Amino acid sequence: MNNPSHSTATVYVPRDSAARSVGADEVAQALQHAGGRGDFALDVVRNGSRGMLWLEPLVEVVTPQGRVGYGPVAPEDVDGLLAAGMLDGADHPLRLGIVDELPWLARQNRVTFARVGVTDPLSAEDYEAHGGLAGLRAALELAPADVVAEVTASGLRGRGGAGFPAGIKWKTVLDCADELKFVCCNADEGDSGTFADRMVMEGDPFMLIEGMTIAAHAVGASEGYLYIRSEYPDAVATMRRAIGVAREHGWLGKGILGSALDFDLHVRVGAGAYICGEETSMLESLEGKRGMVRAKPPIPAIEGLFGRPTVVNNVLTLATVPVVMAKGAQAYERLGVERSRGTQVFQLGGNIAHGGIVETAFGITLRELIEEYGGGTHSGRPVRTAQVGGPLGAYLPESMFDLPMDYEAFAAAGAMVGHGGVVVFDDSVDMAAQARFAMEFCAEESCGKCTPCRVGAVRGVEVIDRIVAGTHRDENLALLEDLCDLMTEGSLCAMGGLTPLPVRSALTHFPDDFLGGRRLLEIHPVQATEGTA
Amino acid sequence: MTTSRSDVTVESVVRRVVARHRGERGALLPVLHAVQAELGHVPQEAVPVLAEELNLSRADVHGVVTFYHDFRREPAGRTTVRICRAEACQALGADQLVSYARESGLPLGETAADGSVTVEQVFCLGNCALGPSVEANGRLYGRVGPARLGSILNGTVSS
Repeated sequence: MNNPSHSTATVYVPRDSAARSVGADEVAQALQHAGGRGDFALDVVRNGSRGMLWLEPLVEVVTPQGRVGYGPVAPEDVDGLLAAGMLDGADHPLRLGIVDELPWLARQNRVTFARVGVTDPLSAEDYEAHGGLAGLRAALELAPADVVAEVTASGLRGRGGAGFPAGIKWKTVLDCADELKFVCCNADEGDSGTFADRMVMEGDPFMLIEGMTIAAHAVGASEGYLYIRSEYPDAVATMRRAIGVAREHGWLGKGILGSALDFDLHVRVGAGAYICGEETSMLESLEGKRGMVRAKPPIPAIEGLFGRPTVVNNVLTLATVPVVMAKGAQAYERLGVERSRGTQVFQLGGNIAHGGIVETAFGITLRELIEEYGGGTHSGRPVRTAQVGGPLGAYLPESMFDLPMDYEAFAAAGAMVGHGGVVVFDDSVDMAAQARFAMEFCAEESCGKCTPCRVGAVRGVEVIDRIVAGTHRDENLALLEDLCDLMTEGSLCAMGGLTPLPVRSALTHFPDDFLGGRRLLEIHPVQATEGTA
Repeated sequence: MTTSRSDVTVESVVRRVVARHRGERGALLPVLHAVQAELGHVPQEAVPVLAEELNLSRADVHGVVTFYHDFRREPAGRTTVRICRAEACQALGADQLVSYARESGLPLGETAADGSVTVEQVFCLGNCALGPSVEANGRLYGRVGPARLGSILNGTVSS
């Protein structure tokens, strides 16, 4: 059987590790095998993921009408798809339609994620053809102070969770007179429910390199470090290869793009310490030390890596800089609400039917994210709670799902948007167990520098156990309150300081789980669909 | 490759690794990763050599080796299986995977008697929309139920 069009079809199969975790490599191999047999003329391109993760492996075929998607595709589906005419975009039970027109994607406002899933992540040509380097070229036309002014005017805030304005941080570094300055990208994305950084690094690595290079020009830095957690081996490999390609093309090194800018970039791999996602711990780790939190001041912008002025930003922050420079501060600033400007990359995970990346302007509600985008739970049971902003974020009850997603509105409600991770739980969740886990996790991952965090978390586990067991309940509840206050007030960083947030929110919104008033549902194991790999 | 036995001592491996990373700023972590990649763990004998080569105190090196979860003081099994226990995977039944492994005679942190597999916990593999997730020797698996974990533990999952 021949491909009726007699031309070579281009077929995209993601190389993103989430897609690979459910069989994308096997699907790509099956397609290549069919091509190798000469039955069909096709080229397989390994793209990033579009972020519709429940459809992975999502196979796309280039047709005159656009890229037609099929998914989720199992390796054993491949022969049938090809026989049905997939290479011409023909109908099939797995056919999804033109991918760009799928409502889940079309309703989003993809700014940072515009290229992720569209291009071949390691193709320099593809990158430039899809608008890559426009931001760097624009920045190199400007004086450093003007680049900083542009980033400040865009309203871009750090996407790592704290939300500090990026331009203000950069100005501090620019104003330091040192000869040697650094740009550090914090790619230690250790929070459960977050995967946007990983998808950027695996799906559009040049964008991050470009953003770091713009930052280097803006502040006068000559060296950059990308600190990636060891749990992300695919991101490490992709970034290393991309840096090699960038050097070959003169996008890194001496005289970047023919300008006077010299900047080189190194990948450093973490070693399994959650705390190294905290910026000062990350700097210690980069210096070859235990990742222990530093007291601030001095702030890293003034005394950072090896005591030098250092820009420390998250992956999404730096990856968003190129588009700010390419399209202009105003175009970015027009998106969003109040003091939360631009877009946020929400990540839907946990017990959710349609999990993945939703990039939209700030101001969307949690309900829209979970119900409209997410389609409810994966288990089909009612949603009971969502934890927003990682393991240090609050557990919110369904009654608070209409809160708009913006930094200030969430803070006012005793929660945090953080990095936009949303982890959904169904009604089988035991909230006392989740609160206990928050303390247990803090005890496990505390760097040990502050006593309230190091010892308080251990005591927190014990106190919660006593409350649940009904031992001196009132006294222990008061003790837990006191402990939470102490941890909040007495810890140097967010690890100890924010662990009380999930604990208190669980206790406030779901007290029955602690007090034995709620008859725990018989918990049925979620029958997760077994993958195909 | 060398065949002489003296070339594969811990000391020689450490010195060779350090030489490769000479010139990198604050090189201890990349050096430790490289030592572990070659030897499967960071043996106690490596600590004084590292201290001497990098001009650090033994206490400093020891402190770093023991601070990070990744660095092992003892060799692991031939396959390391890591079960994600972070919130997103908990929401989909990660604890059932831990129970399943335990009931198969592989509690967290333990290595099978025949040295085939070590089971560990990990907090977040970045696959939060396709959990529960498990990683085996650097490869990520999504939507893992007990049956699939069994296949992974038995090494019967096709690569």
